[in-house]
Formats: sequence, structure tokens, C-alpha cells
Amino acid sequence: MNVSITINGETVSRDIEPRQLLVHFIRETPGLTGTHWGCDTSNCGACVVLMDGKPVKSCTTLAVMCEGHEIRTVESLEVDGELDPVQQGFHEQHALHCGFCTPGMLMTARALLDENPDPSDLEIRTAISGAICRCTGYKNIVGAIRWAADYEAATKQEA
Amino acid sequence: MQTPASFEYERATSVDGVIASLQRLGPGARVIAGGHSLLPMMKLRLAKPEHLIDINDLTELAYIREQGDEIRIGALTRHVELLKSELLAEHFPLFREAERVIADPVVRNRGTIGGSLCQADAAEDLSSVCTAAKAKAVIRGASGERVVGMEDFHLGPYMTAVGEGELLTEIRLPLRPGAGSAHEKVERRAGDWAIVAASAAVWLDGGKIDDAGIALSAVGLTTIHLSRAEELLRGKAPSEKLFAEVGEIASADCSPSADGRGPVDYKRHLASVLSQRALRRAVAGALHQETKA
Repeated sequence: MNVSITINGETVSRDIEPRQLLVHFIRETPGLTGTHWGCDTSNCGACVVLMDGKPVKSCTTLAVMCEGHEIRTVESLEVDGELDPVQQGFHEQHALHCGFCTPGMLMTARALLDENPDPSDLEIRTAISGAICRCTGYKNIVGAIRWAADYEAATKQEA
Repeated sequence: MQTPASFEYERATSVDGVIASLQRLGPGARVIAGGHSLLPMMKLRLAKPEHLIDINDLTELAYIREQGDEIRIGALTRHVELLKSELLAEHFPLFREAERVIADPVVRNRGTIGGSLCQADAAEDLSSVCTAAKAKAVIRGASGERVVGMEDFHLGPYMTAVGEGELLTEIRLPLRPGAGSAHEKVERRAGDWAIVAASAAVWLDGGKIDDAGIALSAVGLTTIHLSRAEELLRGKAPSEKLFAEVGEIASADCSPSADGRGPVDYKRHLASVLSQRALRRAVAGALHQETKA
């Protein structure tokens, strides 16, 4: 069936089988391979994208269920060469090693800071509890999200 | 790659439309909401529906509200809303306690109360929560609505009272004075299924237990309703001795199996300890409410 989904502000249409999962639609149709396909069982969080601003696991969402909804992937974070603060935070705090979990971590972090601009460390840890880093770099990931929160607070104050 | 078997998909625009589709399509049709129970089953080919009816647009089924002497929860209400609801936290704190440990925040953005209850997995937390809270399920079919108590809702593993051509539309929680409740869960890691979980609710009247609800997750083929313990508690003043007796009943009346989460005697031990802890905190909560009032 024909499905149209808004991904990063652009409408993407394709004739697909209803059984196609959102993660594969994103990776295959617009070819946005930043969203990673990990455990395939909604445990690891590598496939997290934002659906109407809320993080969801795209391996456990059918593409057809997303028609009429806004999907945001990791590719939308950087704008005109400018990294999103969460990306800058990961860079500053060395919050990635192999990088496989990073897209899901970034989108989960972005959604957290959109809802709660000044989270405690416990709130950060809770927010990313559905995302697994097999390099076990959680300490730096928490630090990176904290960095992004502080950076955004400082930038807001300046403006 | 895990891919579900082929199916036809339709998006529902009304509750009546869902029921008409279910009746027209027969037993091969399944309703999908958040999909976080059904899609994993479909990916493993443990479920192979021929038709999926997507109810995510039926926002009229997403609400938590007080109506008369009940709290009513729409079947499409997502876990995150149950977690955040101040109304539920005030009257039935066991919901928030359970929601904090159901899967993870991202999964909770999609999964729904209706989906959890209809999945009827014995290890699922909300089934024991709703059983302890004496919830009622509203099931709608072509000939109208019927209201089923939680004790009659779970018929077996993955089997519920929701019949062919029917849809679970609402959960009702009767509001009674002197209420307290708690949920206790032991899991191997954050967001996992319970090794054992226990839900308890009590309603106190003049220092005595007027009524109680206690249920266990993950220690049987379906949610274990400890009706013998509830019987014992009714009319008695809460005490540690009484809680210990409830623990003994919990340990005896569950039927766990040994698996990767632990051996049978460990799970029976947990059933006893967790039901006592939940009950003790439920009573403390009810007493606290009484002193506030």
C-alpha cells in the first residue's frame, strides 16, 4: 500500500508492504542510514527516532502506522554545519566509542532536553534506560547530556 | 532480520468501525495499538494475524478521568500517561509505582493499558495492578457493552474475556474511602519482565481492613489473584502477624516454573516477601490518607 511519511520535514512516499518496519522504511526509502537497526526486539534503543517529538523504537513500529505523523531522525540534528548541542556534548565529553548506539542515544537525549531542559543525573539515566551502550560508556553519555543541558541554558541566558 | 508474516492493514476511524471490521474479518483479525506486545510476537511468528486494525487514531479512547465514584481509563491510554497522572497517583499510587518499572520510557511512549491487559502475559505488571485495584473492564461488541471484573478477565495465558468481534474500550477503578495501594517488583535488570511482582490494595474503615486486593505477576500461567489472602484480611486490624500469614498464602497459592529468572523455591520466597511488602506499604498509605483527612 502507498504510504506517505514526513521524515525530517520532507514527505516521503512509497508503495510498501504493511509489514515493513519503520526502521527499514527510514533506512531504505529516503536512504537515511543514521538510524541504526540493532537488536530488533525493542531492547537496545539504537533505532530510536522521534514521532511527533516523542522518542519511539522504530524496530517495533510499522511504517504504515506513521502516515500522517512527523518523524525526526538523527540526520535532522545538525543544521547548516552546526551541530545540535547534544551532538556537541557527545563530542566534548567523548561519549561514543564504537558509535553504534549513538544515533538512538542522541535522539533520546534530544527528546529529554526538549521536555525537561534541566534534568538531574537520575532523570538522564532513567531517560536512557531503554538504550544500551555495549561499550558501556554510560558515564560519559550522562556527562554529555548534562553538558548539552548546561550549554543550552547558558545560550538561552545570553540570548 | 525479524519480519512479521504478511497481513492486510487498515486504520480505524471509529470504535464502531473497529467492531464492524472485527466481525467482518473474523478470527484472523487483530487490533493493534502501541504494538509493543503484538509486533514482537508477530516478528517471532508466534502471532500471525491476517488483518491488523490500527486503533491509534481513536484518541477518544485515550483519557484518565474521574467520573462519579470511579476513575475511568480509556484503553488507548499510554503507559507514559498512567505514569504521569496525578489523579491516579492520588487514588491508586500502585499505578505509578508499576509504571516506573514497566519496560523503559521509550516503550512507555507507545504501549497502552488496553494492549497490556489484552496481551494477558502472566508476567505483565498492569494485570496484577488492575486485579488488586478491583478494576472492571468495559468490553464493547456489536450488541453493546458489557462490564467484566478483573477476576473474570484473564482466562488463561494470552487469553482474555474479550471475545471475537469485541474491543476492550475502558478500565474502571471504583473509588472507595480509606484506600492505599503499592506495587513491588524484582527484576534482573532495568525494564525487564518481573521475576516476581506483587500488587496490593486495601480499603480501611475505622482501623480495620474493609476490603483488600492482592495479585501476583510472573508466578503462574496467568495473573495470580490471591483471593484466599483477601478473605483472610477482611474485617481484621492490620498487623505484622497478619501480613506474614498473607505471605504464606502467596507462597502457597502461586505456581511458578523454574526458568532463567530463577528456581521455583526462590520465586515462592519472592511471592511471599513482595506481597508482604506491598501490603505493608498499602496499609501505611491508607493510614496516611486517613490522618490527612
